[in-house]
Amino acid sequence: MTRARSPSFARLSARHPHGAAMKATPLSNCERRFLLRAIQEKKRLDGRQCYDYRNIRISFGADRGCCIVELGRTRVLAQVSCELVAPKPSRPTEGVLFFNLELSPMAAPGLEPGRQSELLVSLNRLLERCLRDSKCIETESLCVVAGEKVWQIRLDMHLLNHDGNITDAASIAGIVALCHFRRPDVSVQGEEVTVYTPEERDPVPLSIHHMPICVSFAFFHQGTYLLVDPTEREERVMDGLLVIAMNKHHEICTIQSSGVVMLLPDQILRCSKITAVKVAEITELIQKALENDQKARKEGGKFGFAESIPNQRITAFKMESAAVDTNDVEEQAGEIIAKADPPSEVFASPVVHTPGTAQIGEGIESSWGDLEESEKEEAAEEEGESEAAAFECVKVETEDTSTLKETKSDEPIVVSDSEEEEVVILEPQELPRKTRTQASSKQENPSKKAFNKRRRKKRTSR
Amino acid sequence: MAAMAAERGTAAEALVGQVVLPGDLLLLPAHYDEDAEGERLRLSAGTAPQGRLLCGPGLRRSGAGLLVTKCGLLRHRPGGGGAYWVDSQQKRYVPVKGDHVIGIVTAKAGDVFRLDVGGSEPASLSYLAFEGATKRNRPNVQVGDLIYGQFVVANKDMEPEMVCIDSSGKSSGMGIIGQDGFLFKVSLGLIRKLLAPKCEIIQELSQLYPFEMVLGMNGRIWVKAKTVQQTLIVVNILEACEHMTAQQRKQALAKLSGN
Repeated sequence: MTRARSPSFARLSARHPHGAAMKATPLSNCERRFLLRAIQEKKRLDGRQCYDYRNIRISFGADRGCCIVELGRTRVLAQVSCELVAPKPSRPTEGVLFFNLELSPMAAPGLEPGRQSELLVSLNRLLERCLRDSKCIETESLCVVAGEKVWQIRLDMHLLNHDGNITDAASIAGIVALCHFRRPDVSVQGEEVTVYTPEERDPVPLSIHHMPICVSFAFFHQGTYLLVDPTEREERVMDGLLVIAMNKHHEICTIQSSGVVMLLPDQILRCSKITAVKVAEITELIQKALENDQKARKEGGKFGFAESIPNQRITAFKMESAAVDTNDVEEQAGEIIAKADPPSEVFASPVVHTPGTAQIGEGIESSWGDLEESEKEEAAEEEGESEAAAFECVKVETEDTSTLKETKSDEPIVVSDSEEEEVVILEPQELPRKTRTQASSKQENPSKKAFNKRRRKKRTSR
Repeated sequence: MAAMAAERGTAAEALVGQVVLPGDLLLLPAHYDEDAEGERLRLSAGTAPQGRLLCGPGLRRSGAGLLVTKCGLLRHRPGGGGAYWVDSQQKRYVPVKGDHVIGIVTAKAGDVFRLDVGGSEPASLSYLAFEGATKRNRPNVQVGDLIYGQFVVANKDMEPEMVCIDSSGKSSGMGIIGQDGFLFKVSLGLIRKLLAPKCEIIQELSQLYPFEMVLGMNGRIWVKAKTVQQTLIVVNILEACEHMTAQQRKQALAKLSGN
């Protein structure tokens, strides 16, 4: 491509070198000033009080050990998996724990994938200290054969959206996923180790002694003002951060202070008191969420992300739903079936073209497009008829064939592009529309083509 | 004939006000007239549309008609050749020539300032592009300041360039935004709604108490009221407008003005 040689040619910049992520939006001076002034006046952007958490939402996936935790608009996905591995030589009777948090540009444009940024390293280290070093998971119980086989429990966390306080959201997500996880049961008989599938034996939960939960405190104006659960913008203007991990028994598991702020012993004691209250609340919430999910699973109710995450409304500018007349759908379908040509002759045995080849499936047209409900609606819809017609054809076709199981049409596959032209000649008043049949018709037998034509005729007569 | 059969798509007029999806093909009157008449020879030149048809955001011209590139509601404005565009709900801003936006100064590089406008790359702003600026008399711009300006260059091959003066050299409202107030971001759809003439939301808000506001087409809004509390209220109302119906908004405002 040639570019116009203009005076500003020199400014044609080489944009986006390989893999470079976008820059994070800078914080303007007025935002910084306003936030600090608001904090001085004890006001927060979202109307919270200083010691308030944002809303916490915990939802579980369809699989065990998978959850999404939402802390306001910060979202973290956690997934636990397990594997049988050889233990570390130094600790032959202990299972292996592995924690990993990932930040991706999906969460915020400024985050880079796969890079060990300072933030990521410190977050990972903090979570490791919170979950591993607090010994909340009993590693001895993960041993299968001493010195030979132990369970490795792997906890992967992904930040889905970043609106501040990743630490707390990730620590909640991590411990919830670990509590929710079930590993396969194993038995050892002599030298033989048997791993049972969930059908054979119920999977067993990990033995978790306590739930350490991180609570973050942001300090402003050299430690004069303190906020719990800072948002992303508050984090940007804060002077220092104190993270305390605690369990509901008021045992401090980890404490970390960062930034440039001097804290007095009184302040830390006050923070630990606030932490105790917050941890009690969050632990209760986690237990309630776990119970609810357990109940839903036991009763065979609906569970999983699809059920538990509400459809978030993007906007209030919406359209009214249009009513679709579905009254005469069945008659229409019946009529079409009656009019259609009988299915082409069939024979039961599969065709083997050359020795050594095999046939997959029943040799009939794929029925993956067979979406019963939506088709019926679409069929009745006057607008978008071309599409609906195409869908209906497919449906009838599959119905016909499905009644004759183990069938196969011996018609050779016809690859033809000419049919659409024929159609245009048939009905000159009608807009020649290329429908989806074009894509599928390439592998159809002629009966369907004839059927297509008839369908079109019917439309014009209506 | 075969070429025509290959055209699938709907008449653009039939879809006005409805949801369109990327990849949809919209046929313009000129095209389906041809289709309907088939191969019949037309004696007259036909009714050629007067004026040129404008193809707005979310649409691209393709051989037969308009190709949809964004999902949203198809809009149409008659008059002249008419104009079609897609009203979409996106948050990512793409610079467009002539748009008024709010930028954050990220660097001072020699003769130009670099501004973050929320696009894929920073915009540049010459220090001479301010009202009354000369080589001697430079504007006082610091890194982190907010600047309200207009794009003069915005295309896919070049770095976007902004100015803070109009064609006659006057600022006409553009320039550095004051040090107070608060900046926040909303969706581009909401910004367009707020910028529409006689926007109800703005009119209702202005009855609460006086405040200053700058709206950038890049989704950024700067608000300044007398106190922090009042600024926060305006910010929260505007952010919530995205999800509120007109009725809910009126109720919320009535509650506020009652206090």
